[in-house]
Amino acid sequence: MEPILLLAHTEADGTLAKPALEALGAALSLGGELNVGLVGAEVQPAANQISGAGAKRILGVAGEAFSQPRYATDAAAAEAICRAAGAGIVLAPSTSRWSRALPGVAYRLGGRVDTHSTGLELRNGAPAVTRWFYRQRMEAVLSREQRPWVVLLDPGCFAAWSGPAGTATVENVPVEAPPTRTTVTGVQAPKADEQTIRPDAKLLFVAGAGWTKKQADGAIHGREAETLILGFLRTTKSSLGGSKSLVDASGEGEAVLGFMTHLNQIGQTGSTPRHRKGLSTCCHGEEPHVVGWRFVNERRAINLDPNCGWARGKADVVYVADAFEVMRHVNQLLGA
Amino acid sequence: MNTPLQIVVCGSIVPDPLQTLEPVTGPNGPSLKNEMLLPAVLDPWAGHALFEAAHLAGKRSGSKVWLVSLGPKAKLQQVMMTVAQKVPFELVALDGPASGFSDSFETAAALAAAIEAIASLDRAKLLLFGGWESASRGTGSTLQMVGERLGIGEQFQGVDEITVRDDGSFTVLERIEGGRHQVSVCAAPPAVLGWATGNLPEPKNNPQVGMANMRTVMPALQRAKAAPISNTGLRFESVSLPKQQRETRIVKNMPVEEMAREIVAWIGEE
Repeated sequence: MEPILLLAHTEADGTLAKPALEALGAALSLGGELNVGLVGAEVQPAANQISGAGAKRILGVAGEAFSQPRYATDAAAAEAICRAAGAGIVLAPSTSRWSRALPGVAYRLGGRVDTHSTGLELRNGAPAVTRWFYRQRMEAVLSREQRPWVVLLDPGCFAAWSGPAGTATVENVPVEAPPTRTTVTGVQAPKADEQTIRPDAKLLFVAGAGWTKKQADGAIHGREAETLILGFLRTTKSSLGGSKSLVDASGEGEAVLGFMTHLNQIGQTGSTPRHRKGLSTCCHGEEPHVVGWRFVNERRAINLDPNCGWARGKADVVYVADAFEVMRHVNQLLGA
Repeated sequence: MNTPLQIVVCGSIVPDPLQTLEPVTGPNGPSLKNEMLLPAVLDPWAGHALFEAAHLAGKRSGSKVWLVSLGPKAKLQQVMMTVAQKVPFELVALDGPASGFSDSFETAAALAAAIEAIASLDRAKLLLFGGWESASRGTGSTLQMVGERLGIGEQFQGVDEITVRDDGSFTVLERIEGGRHQVSVCAAPPAVLGWATGNLPEPKNNPQVGMANMRTVMPALQRAKAAPISNTGLRFESVSLPKQQRETRIVKNMPVEEMAREIVAWIGEE
């Protein structure tokens, strides 16, 4: 097995987050020589955190210029580490930071890049990557001749490395921060009581456009829909997803759920989150929606139509009922 | 003073999401069964990029939008009949595969060469737009490599909003983990922006825009250069559809109270 470089960026406290530890676990599973490259404001805490992982070298680029996720500085740091390590295989977690920067780094190094890898194995002594195509509609296993081969690994697909922290030696890789016209000024997050996207939640609750359509009494009950959904989310700490039609309605001035944005969108043109369970409501479950559920293990749906897409082998259970009624009772039972 | 913008949008076509897709493997690697017969649409995130580009350009006189599109010429022509009615742009067409199995490295090389060949483009003012991922390959890597080839070091991905100021500087909101946005200020173009959904609805068809666009779309398609993608060094070991078909239990005629109890119990299961 050829040498591997694991590239990771540190968090604000200088340590590594779970996606980086998962990528480390994946790298170790391939065997062979492992080097680690760390980028951040400070990297020693991260190096200490993984000192027991058995890396041959730990290379670091540290400093204020590298504290913020920014293409120019991240690409420069990653490029320098890759050149210093000289590894043929470069693994990294699919964080927003690395997803932005590493494809360009692969180009600079004359290599190739593959992203959203959900599996990694050795075939005939060489790595083979599993990833999905056409928005999670087909799965492929591929390999490449070119080196370096940069592979970004999706979070939640690999067992995270764990081990006791110690004291590690970091080889400083000198990098002059490149000139950049970009200044990162901060992060916009929803207020705590409006937080509806929870990547680590056990349950994904998906609301479809039916919530904002006329109900049996001929009226739209948007306010009640908001109350029911938010009450459920607050009590269960679930993550909220929306179908494209519902999210688009929010942007087009129709009856809307005020807390629903494009960030909640699940499916063909949205995200494909990883949750253990998913509950779909008022969503017909056709293919463009369901591709967003590829990584949701246990699936249940509430729909008035017994022939909806969910009933055709896409959900484990379909409750043929009015979601308003069912969710009223669910919230009552939960004390929401 | 409002600085005019020069916006190049990279965007190709993908099969209509409602179509059933089935992979087949031939001597040149995997492709989709009956790929040339499948109805196609403009790649959704690239579409958002195009609409945002047109919206920005519309607010600044002297601005211009190009759409650089790599795909089979016949399919591009079909899709452009619809897309051209949405917003004003000038098409730069490349005749090659729009397959999800095409390598992003080679795709980026073809797109960058096409952009470099746009004679009237002032690259110092360039905003390079595209979808942050395609709905076919979905790697989110092509734009960065196009940017690198054009020497653009200011890059943003997962963009939902751009606010351009009179002096040409702009603020960008990029999606990051946990449903949050990173806010950055860039002092000036050139820059690469890979768009997520943005904030604009799809524009309604405008026949006048369509007629104006078609005057340049058809000649652009006629002079589209061949852009073969060889996938050198890339080997697909297998491509398959997910096998899992669930045994769905359909619950009808159960009191809603009982359904609710069942759901709550299921949520609580470890």
